Amino acid sequence: MKTRAWIAAFWVFAAQGGLAAAPATRYTDSGPEPLLARVFAEIEQSRWEAALNETEALLRAYPNFRLGHLIKGDLLLARIRPLKNFGEGGVQKASEQVADLREEAIARLRAYKNKPRETEVPRYLLQLRPDQKYAIVVDTQKARLYLYQNDNGRPRFVADYYISHGKQGTGKHAEGDKKTPIGVYHVTASLPRQKLPDFYGSGAYPINYPNEWDKKMGKNGHGIWLHGTPSDTFSRPPKASDGCVVLANRDLDALAKNLQIGTTPVIISNSVEWLSLDDWQAERQALLAMIDEWRRDWESLDIERYARHYARNFSGEGKSREEWLAQKRKVNAGKAWIKVKTENISMFRNPGKEEYVVVTFEQDYQSSNLSNRMQKRQYWIKEDGRWKILHEGAA
Amino acid sequence: MPASSARLLALWPCSLGKTLACLASAWLLLASASGWAQSLEEINQLIKAGQHGKALELANRYLADKPKDAQGRFLKGIALTGLNKQNEAIAVFQKLTEDYPHLPEPYNNLAVIYAQQKQYDKAREALEKAIRTHPAYATAHENLGDIYSRLASEAYGKALSLDASNASAQIKLAMIDSLVSAGKATPASAVATSSAKPTPAPLAKADLPAEPPKPAVLTKPAETKEVKEAKPAPEAKAPEPRPAPPPAVPADDVHAEITATVDRWLAAWSRKDVKAYLAHYAKDFQVPGGQSRKAWEAERAQRVGKPGKIEVTRDKLAIKVEGNQAIVRFRQSYKSAGFNATSGKTLVMSRENGKWLIREERVGG
Repeated sequence: MKTRAWIAAFWVFAAQGGLAAAPATRYTDSGPEPLLARVFAEIEQSRWEAALNETEALLRAYPNFRLGHLIKGDLLLARIRPLKNFGEGGVQKASEQVADLREEAIARLRAYKNKPRETEVPRYLLQLRPDQKYAIVVDTQKARLYLYQNDNGRPRFVADYYISHGKQGTGKHAEGDKKTPIGVYHVTASLPRQKLPDFYGSGAYPINYPNEWDKKMGKNGHGIWLHGTPSDTFSRPPKASDGCVVLANRDLDALAKNLQIGTTPVIISNSVEWLSLDDWQAERQALLAMIDEWRRDWESLDIERYARHYARNFSGEGKSREEWLAQKRKVNAGKAWIKVKTENISMFRNPGKEEYVVVTFEQDYQSSNLSNRMQKRQYWIKEDGRWKILHEGAA
Repeated sequence: MPASSARLLALWPCSLGKTLACLASAWLLLASASGWAQSLEEINQLIKAGQHGKALELANRYLADKPKDAQGRFLKGIALTGLNKQNEAIAVFQKLTEDYPHLPEPYNNLAVIYAQQKQYDKAREALEKAIRTHPAYATAHENLGDIYSRLASEAYGKALSLDASNASAQIKLAMIDSLVSAGKATPASAVATSSAKPTPAPLAKADLPAEPPKPAVLTKPAETKEVKEAKPAPEAKAPEPRPAPPPAVPADDVHAEITATVDRWLAAWSRKDVKAYLAHYAKDFQVPGGQSRKAWEAERAQRVGKPGKIEVTRDKLAIKVEGNQAIVRFRQSYKSAGFNATSGKTLVMSRENGKWLIREERVGG
């Protein structure tokens, strides 16, 4: 039967992505996914009339939703000839666009049917600072952005949105490579829509790519933003941008209400790693303990104890490990005592291949002859099975 | 146009049982007021009550007396379907379509059974024939297809942000301007309507001659609820059975004569030679729509003679000859600048004074 074939062609592909999972009962965003899911449910039941009605309801709510128009085209065309493939009537004219829209359909339905579990958190959000009210985690493979609220240090899921990322995927390393960077960033500015071309939609929020780590790795390029969508379309395909993370305008507007410039973390991953709350708790406690050990070893004025926290390839403030430790030894020699406090710690695990955690805190340093307060950032990596500091400096 | 289960559902929204039942009720309208109607009503009631075995029994008894009776055979087909004797039901409906090729219901029910058997190609063919029983149905159906196609292409355009200039010229819909299907419009008003329009532009498809009104198409299944309440329309009479002629062994020259005549007729039509075109019709030609011969000729003259290049061609003829009568079936292709159509055509011809003339002209069959 004809449209069976259409559905089969679509779902065989989709099933590989776990679409077969039972739909979650709750959804937290107000995007087109619930309506889209209803359209597909009707199609699966061979209720064409109902499917068309649902599609029209979808298009009333989202008039520029191209995927909706494509499905409508299929449903109409199916009345006059057999269809074997998704978007068949448009394939000859624009096969790449049809393929893009199919990817979008799969991404949206998969995300709708596989919402994050309440008992799991993204591994990256180890510790949010009290003033970081929200955190953003992006899963490029799922074409999804997750918004988390800081609930006394514990990330609590608030909403998720469909997003597009770089045409050439992820792992940005050079200017113009059309890739989206993977890493731990934060929002650095807000560019209002009045100052932007229509292409960026309802606004833009640059992030701090390349960060210290990226620079250390020799990565370059600039202008990675979270931004909106041109007015002629509701959304763009999953892989569409030159490296930016693109949201539907209404989603960007909703997200923007929760963004704190210079504060809100934006963690971009290929595929989010989830931890149970217990595992998450264990991991953050272990790291907090290690940071505290470093703090106490510094206070001890014992340079050997202090030195074992620094990785072989350490660098900081332009110094190598040896230079850094030599400097400390010299300074410590003139001190009777040191008191160090670490306040407002945030810890974010890097989502990429490199296992490191970005730790940021306010350092209250007091000693017999000098006191200061500063915002400090450290990169902790695993070396020989132990967490060590690879990079340290003012944030 | 291919049919599918979706199409079936769309066209015939009731379930199989219901569909057959409601078509059956409609058929009872065709029954004469004779006592036989009582039997038919009884069979119908049994079918409605789901007692298909008893219904079949009664239908067989009824048909023992009236073996040709269309209503009885139709109900028998429904009873057989209810008993899941699909092949026997197919045979009954199949024969009905042969004897009454202009009635849509047997074709539809055939399609329903074929669809149940997953023989979708056959189901499609049967439904296409059902639609072709009436030129207005066929035209409306094709127009609907064109509209779906256009809506689909608009939707694809929006989906894929295709250049608007890609869109083809504005769709040309065939207009049904001969109101024969209603059977109510007077010929005069129908003619007046079409001739009153200063530029009856897309009339192309109406060039396909309309067939005479058929009782069957006047009975709309969905609207007929209670048989007793329904007033049989005066013209609601079962058409006379037209049994298939025995397989004659026609002489080759007769076939050649007929073929040559049909070709001359199509050639006259194509070159807009109205006089030669009309000369192919017999004096007793069954004028469609209850028009007068004069009004019909005037209408044909106006349409056939309309400016613009046209071409009417045919594929292979299927000819059945019985004495001075012949039934000729073929696919007719009509081409003009803005419109192409292919449809089945049936001509009933008779030989008068050594010349073959058209006595009936039907779309479909």
